[in-house]
Amino acid sequence: MITDVIEPAIQDVWVYLTARPLVWLTVTIAAYLIGQWLFERAGRRPLVNPVAIAVVLLVALLMVTGTDYQTYFDGAQFVHFLLGPATVALAVPLFQNFSQVRRAALPMLAALVAGSVTAILSAVGIAMLFGVSLETSRSLASKSVTMPIAMGITEQIGGIPSLTAVVVMITGIIGAMVVTPLMDLLRIGDWRARGFAVGVASHGIGTARAFQVNEIAGTFAGIAMALNGIATAIMVPLLISLLD
Amino acid sequence: MIAALMGLLACQLAGELLARLLGLPVPGPVLGTILLFLVLMARGRIPDTLRDVSRTLLANLSLLFVPAGVGIIQHLDRLRGEWLGIAAAVFGSTVLTMVVAVLVFRGVSRLTGADAAPSDRGRA
Repeated sequence: MITDVIEPAIQDVWVYLTARPLVWLTVTIAAYLIGQWLFERAGRRPLVNPVAIAVVLLVALLMVTGTDYQTYFDGAQFVHFLLGPATVALAVPLFQNFSQVRRAALPMLAALVAGSVTAILSAVGIAMLFGVSLETSRSLASKSVTMPIAMGITEQIGGIPSLTAVVVMITGIIGAMVVTPLMDLLRIGDWRARGFAVGVASHGIGTARAFQVNEIAGTFAGIAMALNGIATAIMVPLLISLLD
Repeated sequence: MIAALMGLLACQLAGELLARLLGLPVPGPVLGTILLFLVLMARGRIPDTLRDVSRTLLANLSLLFVPAGVGIIQHLDRLRGEWLGIAAAVFGSTVLTMVVAVLVFRGVSRLTGADAAPSDRGRA
């Protein structure tokens, strides 16, 4: 039977390929492109979020193929790594729009402190109200900041860093989905304020959404994300020690 | 393009080193952002390649969250058990944070006379 020859051959090729970064790297980018394509097809509606689509497709693929997360991440880490340089790249729009930024220094500072404290206390507070375990609640404290920073903070306060990564992603997707309708509802026309709010609440995914809509909004979102990374890193350990 | 990538990586590396050496609670990439900003201020202009590379990275920022996001697969049991509390906390807190931040921004902006120029205004 020819299938007796082909099936083991396919099996061999599969085992060979999936042990290397190439497959998971390619599949990650492909899943994201599918998400982007659906987003465009849906008229760039915020509810059709490319990250959410990509994650769902990839989780389904890992489950169907019985691949463990570590194997997947070994390949996809090359994409993950770019979060660092992308964070550094925020200096470019910051420099380009610095005159507007300097004018808004006071509103930004006030919104940063208010937003940062609200993000931490409301996440932990609501979780505790619902009887969520201490370990999980702590993993939620830094949900509004960019992933590498959030994972570091969670480690410091005794939460689960990889759970934080997931919660950070979900926070970003929610922020990107609700920011436009929410701001329209509040009748906020100021791109600076809209961008800053989404950056404080939902880091890079919110910032990505802001850049899609308006460059000023994106710039302010990027600044908010960078500042909130710093503010949250300082405030979470303080606030958590008060809760104990 | 390679020089621009090199510049971004060098700033990140310098940021990581500074954070370690000085024992700062600030993450390396954030210090790297500040360093690159200072370099741009000193030079007074942005090299074209750096602008292109930065624009490409930032335009595709959400792709970079996908690999860690797939990590949700490791936490499905925990999420199944505590999903309501986690969902309420994440959704409630994210919306509340946005509302507080935007209202404080607008309030202080009006009080200090730093209101938006007409060109900075959008919808609604």
